[in-house]
Amino acid sequence: MSLALETRSHRPLTTFGQLLARLHLDGILLAGLVGVMAIGLLAIYSAKGQQLPEVTGQLARMMVALAAMLLMAQVNPVWLRRVAPFAYVGGVLLLLLVLLAGEVGKGAQRWLNVGIRFQPSEIMKLAVPMALCALLHDRALPPRFPMLILMLMLIAVPVLMIAVQPDLGTAILITLSGVAVIFLAGIARRWIIAGIVLALAAMPALWLVMHDYQRSRVLTMFDPTSDPLGAGYHIIQSKIAIGSGGVFGKGWLNGTQGQLEFLPERSTDFIFAVIGEEFGLLGALLLLLLYLVVTARGLVIAVLAQDTFSRLMAGALSVTFFFYVFVNTAMVMGLLPVVGVPLPLVSAGGTSMVTLLAGFGILMSIHTHRKLVTR
Amino acid sequence: MAARQTPYYRSFNRRSALVGGLLLLAGAALVARAVHLQVLNTDFLNEQAAARHLRVATISAARGPITDRHGEPLAVSTPVDSVWVNPRQLVDQPQQVALLARALQMDADGLGARLARNANREFLYLRRHMHPADAAAVQALRIPGVHLMREYRRFYPAGEVTGHLLGFTNIDDVGQEGLELAFDNWLRGEPGRNRVLRDRMGRIIGQVESIALPRPGGELATSLDLRIQYLAYRELKETVQRHRAAAGSVVVLDIQTGEVLALVNQPAFNPNDRGQLDPDRYRNRAITDIIEPGSTLKPVLVAAALESGQYTPESYVDTGPGFLMVGNRRIEDRQRLGRMDLATLLARSSNVGATMIALSLDPEYFHDSLRRFGVGRLTASGFPGESAGLLPHHRNWRQINQATLGYGYGLATTPLQLAQAYAVLGSGGLHRPVSLLKVERPPIARRVVTPESAAAVLEMMEVVVSPQGTGIRAAVAGYRVAGKTGTARKLTPTGYADDRHTAIFGGLAPVSDPRLAIVVVIDEPRAGQFFGSEVAAPLFSSIAAGALRLLAVPPDALPGSGTAGNTVIAQSP
Repeated sequence: MSLALETRSHRPLTTFGQLLARLHLDGILLAGLVGVMAIGLLAIYSAKGQQLPEVTGQLARMMVALAAMLLMAQVNPVWLRRVAPFAYVGGVLLLLLVLLAGEVGKGAQRWLNVGIRFQPSEIMKLAVPMALCALLHDRALPPRFPMLILMLMLIAVPVLMIAVQPDLGTAILITLSGVAVIFLAGIARRWIIAGIVLALAAMPALWLVMHDYQRSRVLTMFDPTSDPLGAGYHIIQSKIAIGSGGVFGKGWLNGTQGQLEFLPERSTDFIFAVIGEEFGLLGALLLLLLYLVVTARGLVIAVLAQDTFSRLMAGALSVTFFFYVFVNTAMVMGLLPVVGVPLPLVSAGGTSMVTLLAGFGILMSIHTHRKLVTR
Repeated sequence: MAARQTPYYRSFNRRSALVGGLLLLAGAALVARAVHLQVLNTDFLNEQAAARHLRVATISAARGPITDRHGEPLAVSTPVDSVWVNPRQLVDQPQQVALLARALQMDADGLGARLARNANREFLYLRRHMHPADAAAVQALRIPGVHLMREYRRFYPAGEVTGHLLGFTNIDDVGQEGLELAFDNWLRGEPGRNRVLRDRMGRIIGQVESIALPRPGGELATSLDLRIQYLAYRELKETVQRHRAAAGSVVVLDIQTGEVLALVNQPAFNPNDRGQLDPDRYRNRAITDIIEPGSTLKPVLVAAALESGQYTPESYVDTGPGFLMVGNRRIEDRQRLGRMDLATLLARSSNVGATMIALSLDPEYFHDSLRRFGVGRLTASGFPGESAGLLPHHRNWRQINQATLGYGYGLATTPLQLAQAYAVLGSGGLHRPVSLLKVERPPIARRVVTPESAAAVLEMMEVVVSPQGTGIRAAVAGYRVAGKTGTARKLTPTGYADDRHTAIFGGLAPVSDPRLAIVVVIDEPRAGQFFGSEVAAPLFSSIAAGALRLLAVPPDALPGSGTAGNTVIAQSP
């Protein structure tokens, strides 16, 4: 047994594995992510009317996101932990700016234009769990009650600011990433039960503050046929597309509902329906399997992590990622109400992909910056 | 590392396992839902998918062409495109509507208003029957909700010359009048059906399968000879104009087959121009209108008289003072003719003589004879709206009725019926059903009178077209012609008019082997002349002369051939 600290990077690069190690990348994670993105490119080519520029555009965004991942993988988690409070405060200030001077698009005020248009809420997807993890880093776990309240407040401030934009999908995802941190930090069973009861009790209140379109989305989930041409249209069409694909699918580019434009939002939020229609049950299961592999690897990284910040952060990122997948696919298959959550790494569009892969960069960084003891 | 063994880390690992388990559970739920949709419900959802993107599209079939007896096209169908829209997709797209309006040369505001009125419909014709090239330009704009439909438009090369007989179709290619209506089932094609892929905007993307190919309609060969038709049309129009007549009809029958070789009317209409669709113009008077035949019925009376056995060709009738009282009605001739044979009766058109014969016949026999000649019965033409004519039943006759029937009043026929009756005399006493369609095999004939009676009447009618008769202007150089003039006073609501007449001539040629039966009717000539002998006979002559030449009928009255023929000398009646 000998310490192998800082020695690997000086060896000659003889294998692909060593190249990955030098770049602080994780092979399993990378393979899973690339697999998912490859399926995404196929689906986008089909959903965008077989326009090659759409695919190359998406490919370019993937490259930017992968670069962000590579960048984050180089950053030592210790440094991340130190900047986490500043990232959080900065993010909240930007959200405030959005509310005051943000650009309006599609009926929501989500964007800031500083040379490039971006959504500060994306920053918060990483900043909120990072800040919570950093807060818990040096403290005794499980956290005490006052700490719990503090963390809930840290979650609530940005979430409410995002919810009023309105961007319910992102608000839910950020809430969940915070809740995941709290849960992984260890919390008495009674608080968990209390939380669930509180959440159930909050539902009627939530119903009262929801917008009409949000209410109709919830209602149509239970009975899409009540408004087949309006609120129920999306979900009816996507169920038809998926179901008509059967076990083996209609074949790439042969999906009728997607190709003939019956399926709405087919290249973005409802792209899973295109995959289900054209690649069938087998294609859908393969994609879900890849997502599970990525998530499982993330959890393994969490378990193997060596300090509290890394461990909580890795766990929260993994859980949040899977939650993205679950919310989107469950929505597309008619199990959840329609919320604007894209299918991670597959839906066309760049902003959320950059955030996601930056998160995976953090995961890889956590794993590759361990102080290893070789066996 | 020691840290790993602390209770906290153990519980963290437990929680991680719990989280992993929850994730697996969630994954299992997704898989279960996928299986539910894609395995258990796939058939139902497949049907739902098909219901959205599969449609059965109909393909218009071309209507069958109509030709004359030699295959000359009289009615053809040409492909055209109709533009239709889904107003729902256009009603709130003012820019697209403006674009569309410009392409269709329509008023944008008017089009917008029309779309708004039909906003809850999914189908609206914007323009029917566009030239395919113009329609393609509209489609090239790729405006959502604008579609083309292939249709066929009827075109009639001979225009107004054949308009009455052919009739016309409506904009949906369905026969409305004439032969187009009578034979609509035969002419109409069977539309084909395709299963097609349709996108959300209703655009047809591609064909999945062909369910049925379109079956074009059947071809209809009419009995018309377009050359004779043109000739008759031209001559009739000229005569009607010259005599400032209200209307006119000509029927040319082939005696040997019963086929209608030509049938024209004035006024006429051009079926290619829907602006001319006025019933007064498109009515086929030769078949749908009735006339009192007047003196032109006398040959039929004479034939019936011979057939009764009461008369022979040598029989005489004595018209005495040239008038006759029937009840309190006085029937008179234009001049006192005295005792005369039957040929002279026809040649001088004696009403008194005809009355005496009519009154001498048994009413039932006389009535049945007229029926056998086709008076008061629909012909076999099958033409829509044909009139059966009018013949009172003999049980309702009073003496005066029976008397006037002898010279053609108190009954009514169509010009076609009259021509059919003359054809019986020309064919040696045989009745052949008239036909507007080309006849491949001669139809079964029905005997009406003996050949001897028919021949005798024919001989007498030839005298009509002679210097001794009223019909000399019907004579045709080179051919022997038989015929009879008629000048009927028109029946008005206040009785028979003194100043309104129908000039009629019925004739047969050539006498040695009759081929053509021609009836000419000129309604209300108003240019001074109004006698059948003056107005109708010359028209008969020119049509018969042209038709006989066109049919290459050998002349039977060449100079020096031994037969006399009708001496062609113009003479007043």
